[in-house]
Amino acid sequence: MAAEKTTIFSPELAARFDRLVTLYPVKRSALIPMLLYAQDEVGYISDAVVAEVAERIGIAELDVRNVVSYYSLMRTKLVGKYHVQVCTNIACMLRGGNELLHHCSQRLGIGNKQTTADGVFSLEEVECIGACSWAPAVQVNYDFHENLTTELMDKVLDEYRAKASK
Amino acid sequence: MAYLTTHPDVVPVVSYRFGKGAVDIDRYIELEGYSSVRKCLEMEPDAIINEMKTSGLRGRGGAGFPTGMKWSFVPKQSAKPKYVLVNGDESEPGTCKDRLIFEYDPHSVIEGTMIAGLAIGAKMGFIYLRGEYRYLINIMEKAVAAAYAKGFLGKGIFGSQHDFDVVVQTGAGAYEVGEESALMESLEGKRGVPRIKPPFPAVVGLYGGPTVINNAETLASVPHIFRIGAAEYAKLGTERNGGTRLFCISGHVEKPGVYELPMGYNLKKMIYEVAGGILGGKKLKAVVPGGSSVPVLLPDEIDIGMDFDQVAKAGSMLGSGGVVVLDESVCMVEFALRTIKFYRHESCGWCIPCREGTDWLQKSLTRLHMGGAVDKDINNIQYIAENMLGRTFCPLGDAAAMPTIGFVKKFRKEFEDHLNGKGCPYHPAADYELATV
Repeated sequence: MAAEKTTIFSPELAARFDRLVTLYPVKRSALIPMLLYAQDEVGYISDAVVAEVAERIGIAELDVRNVVSYYSLMRTKLVGKYHVQVCTNIACMLRGGNELLHHCSQRLGIGNKQTTADGVFSLEEVECIGACSWAPAVQVNYDFHENLTTELMDKVLDEYRAKASK
Repeated sequence: MAYLTTHPDVVPVVSYRFGKGAVDIDRYIELEGYSSVRKCLEMEPDAIINEMKTSGLRGRGGAGFPTGMKWSFVPKQSAKPKYVLVNGDESEPGTCKDRLIFEYDPHSVIEGTMIAGLAIGAKMGFIYLRGEYRYLINIMEKAVAAAYAKGFLGKGIFGSQHDFDVVVQTGAGAYEVGEESALMESLEGKRGVPRIKPPFPAVVGLYGGPTVINNAETLASVPHIFRIGAAEYAKLGTERNGGTRLFCISGHVEKPGVYELPMGYNLKKMIYEVAGGILGGKKLKAVVPGGSSVPVLLPDEIDIGMDFDQVAKAGSMLGSGGVVVLDESVCMVEFALRTIKFYRHESCGWCIPCREGTDWLQKSLTRLHMGGAVDKDINNIQYIAENMLGRTFCPLGDAAAMPTIGFVKKFRKEFEDHLNGKGCPYHPAADYELATV
């Protein structure tokens, strides 16, 4: 039975997933949250994640991969510990989003969708994150940073840098 | 942190509890929370729907469909269970309002969902939030757990014969999932590809059951309609456009922000008085009045009331309430390119006019912006966009085409100025643009 099964997830996450599949009329509805929460813990959607999630939902691994490739928050490679996502969509663009992206790129010494050699930061240009009235905005992992300037951005990056070296 | 901005003209209805600690369920109850659903428990479903019709509430997601009428389309009898879906996949560029509701008044979303459930005879609701809003998912999950703990959700809600369950669901980054049938696909654990309609969700929706799907602000407005009275709510707005809505003002204004204003509020006044005018005293060039998918308005076209009908009459759409203001420094080709880049990225790829059309538009606009465009590129852009209109299963194709047509039509001279072989004459393609194409 389920209790005997080995899992690649922490006991907390495994317990959460055990409950998640019972919430819906159809088990497969748990797929997207499960993948995203697994990614949060593992860092990316690895082959092992795909295999266990497919097993838990009771669908083919191919079906899982098919879903993974559609959603832009899901990734199949590791990113930095702090994933800096700079919005350059219209509202942010009007308030300096492109300059902010450029600044982050210079400051971190990496381009779009790249990771620093120490693995602390990665950078990604993203589409609208729903912070238009507080533009320009950046999301680091799931945390929002809004009304930014290049100076404020430096502060944000410094704080994460300090956190990483703790 | 997201926050509501105040102004003397603000009429707080859906934002009535913002900043009053209503995330806490007891505080929410003190502020007349869960009183509307109790009222509705005493009412016949038809009476609830009639009240909704009286309120004049129209969908706050973008299409502006009358909410009461939408609910009335759900068949009374159904062999399959019915569902209520909350569309909190807020992703239309220029829109950042639902965020505030989830952050400051999560229980109003739950209560609105329950009322919709009573009206259509559903026993289950799903609150779907975009994946980027993780902190809000946490807030919503806590709110739902608190409502279960009080017996407001689950079996026999408020001691009645009615059962109602609510599940909070996370998205994972896909604009297309904001389309109602694509959201259902996503909720069923699939790629967010839209479904062919008809059948419409009211008849065949989630898991094949009749489904009502409404924007988060729409459903959060519902308890307030029963709190202040449908007729009173209707009176706050204009004819056939009841109530208030959260307008998200962004771009080149002195005081960008989310403001709750009556439906029909004058756009010019909104920009120059509420939002403090154009940033740095510059000249206004254009306004995108309802999120990035609507046609642009010129400065002499903005003396209009912001309701669905008046903005449509002016040749644009009220859309999602995202008002993006552009000053004289903006290059319209660059702006059009950034707009289309988004839709190209978000096209699910199912319908060829959208998949190929957005790609061609991006390529043509890039040529104009970077240099190397030829005369016929401008007409081609218009031709491609016009041929996308109405030729896709979901509105994403239109959402990409409509603003593009508007940009070319209203700023043709600027497009022509890009035919010098060198690209943008205003903002030479900057070297900071990281190649992502």
